[in-house]
Amino acid sequence: MEQHAQEVHTNALEHSGGWLIMLLLLIPLLLYLGAVMKEHRRQRPWSKLRSLSYISAIALIAVAVSPMVTSATHHDPRGHMAQHLLLGMFAPLGLVLAAPITLLFRTLPLQAGRSLARFLRSRTGHLLSHPFMALVLNIGGMYVLYLTPLFRLSLSHPALHILVSVHFLAFGYLYIWAIAGPDPAPRRPGMRVRTAVLGTGIAAHAFLAKLMYAHALPAGTPFSTAEVRDAAMLMYYGGDVAEFLLAVALFASWYRGRRRSRARRRARPVLVISTIRL
Amino acid sequence: MAPAMPIIVCRGEGAAVRSSETRQERIRLLQATALIGIGLMAAVDEIIFHQLLAWHHFYDRSTSDIALLSDGLLHAAELVAVVAGFFMWADLRDRNIAAPRLAWGGFLAGAGGFQIFDGLVDHKVLRVHQVRYGVELFPYDLAWNATGIVLLILGVILIRQAPSRDFSRSSHDAGD
Repeated sequence: MEQHAQEVHTNALEHSGGWLIMLLLLIPLLLYLGAVMKEHRRQRPWSKLRSLSYISAIALIAVAVSPMVTSATHHDPRGHMAQHLLLGMFAPLGLVLAAPITLLFRTLPLQAGRSLARFLRSRTGHLLSHPFMALVLNIGGMYVLYLTPLFRLSLSHPALHILVSVHFLAFGYLYIWAIAGPDPAPRRPGMRVRTAVLGTGIAAHAFLAKLMYAHALPAGTPFSTAEVRDAAMLMYYGGDVAEFLLAVALFASWYRGRRRSRARRRARPVLVISTIRL
Repeated sequence: MAPAMPIIVCRGEGAAVRSSETRQERIRLLQATALIGIGLMAAVDEIIFHQLLAWHHFYDRSTSDIALLSDGLLHAAELVAVVAGFFMWADLRDRNIAAPRLAWGGFLAGAGGFQIFDGLVDHKVLRVHQVRYGVELFPYDLAWNATGIVLLILGVILIRQAPSRDFSRSSHDAGD
């Protein structure tokens, strides 16, 4: 009876917490849209697709933390997995493609912009933004969550659950930003390294999902084996879709870069000379 | 008079650069289309045999953890291959390097090569999963690998048939 009362209390807390976070999401949304409007007033165009990408990402986060989804996570590990996929992969992808750092650099006062640039160029900035580091922090975190008792603990400790969710979003963003997207990244390595990291990330994610399916992990949860396996399968295929989109983002930017440099070379007189038939 | 020098330089180097570029382009076109072949064959495997027919299992109980790891690596390679291949191919097409016979050859060889790899290494060596369950496996394995071999041979024939002139139809050569 007492346990039941406590559960109701926790649920109520998460309910109001979910609404509060949804309300708080308005802050980054309004900041971004305000900056875009400022750019428009200054006659500096900002792609509508980027704004759309940002709005969708915020909407995905809102869905993931909404009380409807949160209450579903209490009875069903698939709800958890859907939440993790949204927070850790799909929402960050939308955020990265919205180029928030570029927008920040354009609209920040000079002094603040310099500080941001100094941070990005600092040793910490370099270390954090290296794709391999981001990979370890992002996917390594998933191994820790699902292969240790951490997941089980997060079920009964709302604060821990929030921390896990923030980790998913923050390091999902870091990983995707390190690999692709329009934003500048300090000392971003070349295509080979980023492709290798992306491949390693896909393999590590797919391996973890099948491992969880094979051994019915995470262990010690109140969920049935069938439910846990369904969640692992959702992780495998959901991750596939997100990683496919990330691969498209990576290679599309490579392709655009090739087109641009070809156009530039064509514009140079040296090449005009070399195409003269002799 | 300044441009005169580059013209003379280009005359000597131009030919050498062109022929080595075309060999490079030929290899790149083969790489790109083979990657697409590998990736699409993997997609066919996933969509038809795993999802629609449900012959293949997501996981079968005899699979070891090491096989799961290699399965994950292969899966990653397929996913990256199809995306990388398409964009490499788009880049080559922008440069007017189409060479249909070479492109189809690379595609079929990639698809066939992957099918054989999947049939021998995944199904037999690593035993990630089988073609079908609850049936006599041999005819299925035979059909699976024979399809791969046929595709691979077709691909190689097309690549060998591709005329060396065929692979670069740039505006440069169009006047010949």
